[in-house]
Amino acid sequence: MSTIVLLLITGLGLGALYFLVASGLSLIYGLMGVLNFAHGSFLTLGAFAGWELARRLGGESWVTLIASLLLGMVVGAIVAAATEFLLIRRLYNRHIEQVLVTVGLALATVALFDGIWGTDPIYVTAPPWLSQTTEILGARVPNDRFLLIAAAVLVLLAIVAFLRFTRFGLVIRAGVENRSMVTALGIDVRKAFTVVFAIGGAAAGLGGVLASHYFGYVSPQLGGSLLIFAFIVTVIGGLGSLAGAAIASVAVAVLQQFANYFLGGTGDLMVVLLLAVVLLVRPTGILGKKA
Amino acid sequence: MTDSILTVSNLSASIDGQQVVESVSFAMRPVGVTALLGRNGVGKTSTLRAILGLIERSGDVTIAGERVDREPTHRIVQRGVGYVPEDREVFASLTVAENLRLAERDSSPNRELIAELFPDLTQRAGQLAGTLSGGQQQMVSLARALVNDNRVLLVDEPTKGLAPLIVMDVARALARAAETVPVLLVEQNLQVVRMLAEKAIVLEGGRVVYDGSADYLLGNEALTKELLGVA
Repeated sequence: MSTIVLLLITGLGLGALYFLVASGLSLIYGLMGVLNFAHGSFLTLGAFAGWELARRLGGESWVTLIASLLLGMVVGAIVAAATEFLLIRRLYNRHIEQVLVTVGLALATVALFDGIWGTDPIYVTAPPWLSQTTEILGARVPNDRFLLIAAAVLVLLAIVAFLRFTRFGLVIRAGVENRSMVTALGIDVRKAFTVVFAIGGAAAGLGGVLASHYFGYVSPQLGGSLLIFAFIVTVIGGLGSLAGAAIASVAVAVLQQFANYFLGGTGDLMVVLLLAVVLLVRPTGILGKKA
Repeated sequence: MTDSILTVSNLSASIDGQQVVESVSFAMRPVGVTALLGRNGVGKTSTLRAILGLIERSGDVTIAGERVDREPTHRIVQRGVGYVPEDREVFASLTVAENLRLAERDSSPNRELIAELFPDLTQRAGQLAGTLSGGQQQMVSLARALVNDNRVLLVDEPTKGLAPLIVMDVARALARAAETVPVLLVEQNLQVVRMLAEKAIVLEGGRVVYDGSADYLLGNEALTKELLGVA
């Protein structure tokens, strides 16, 4: 029983990380039809920004942790908005060019991060409570999982509230459904594009700082390794569906944890098999719209 | 030309490289309903979409004497163009109220007019637009265009696929709207055109082949049959 609880909560924690990356990917694709392969770079940069701040202020303080989380979000949001404004905006409806630019940006930024921070993992420090465990139904669960889950739930609620109760949110929801009709109502949908990139970048930047605490280190490859699973989650959940991304994040991460433990470390294989099954049975994903 | 609310000169448009409108020119009066007619596939819908810049186009488009053809769609609409698209294009996942709120361009929308013209929509404000009947969705689509004070309305096949009773409701709403704003109407139902339009423009092969009185065109059976293929 304790093993099940531990795997479940660890899976939820990892799922929270996947969601923080996938939520932005899904919103960006849903509204703009852009598959953003540079999204992992927003995460990595957020993680390094958080680590730099923690290094200067002393990583064991809660104030530092909260400040580094906020800094990661701000850096992610600014860089993502700048990416949309400077690079992606010129390439809407040019999908091949979008892929080339975002893949190129991802490769270039990893090389840039290698140059600035080196290729070796840099270990992070955190408030001692995060390294401790809490006993739940006999399982000793690392406390950082709770932080991850709480952060993802807060981000989900914040994005849902933003989409439901703000004018920008209304434009984004309508734009996901029919972009040209939004324009035909006299709305400059490009502003919504920038806002969505910023939201996605903020969630990724936050995810970067949290990922550095989950894995215990930050490295230039951090974003890329999470991005692969975030893409899988986005496809399984249904491109453009935030709720689908949330459900798929948990499903993928929990499956991964259980398969790793009970099926001899086959977690990644099981995730790919799940992706194949979903694509065969329901090509639009769990909550994706039909084309 | 200054007494025209909308002028189109040498307007050509293409979709995926295929030319759908070819050198169309006409001027629209600043009052009443002008019907844009023609057989299926002659480019009526494409002409409206080209005026708004929703498809690739060339040529001159002016609204109240000002060139707009170099502007993006949202700017053209902000100049006071209301658009009711073919097939309604309501936002299915938004409520009726959200569809209307999204369309409001300023702080003084015509909510009272909408409530008066479409009382059913007020009662269904919280209902998802995707769950409405075709007629109700058309009301939402019309209401989105009428919620703002516009200088011209572009209305595309508003009665398509609707039951006869609903067709009359839509026609009455358009007649009421046309009292205050000129309407360029694409419509296959000639009974509705007879009710509403004073002027008619007929397209054939992407070009204008008739530009004159709607009564004269529809009162002349041979001409109607020749230009529209129906009597």
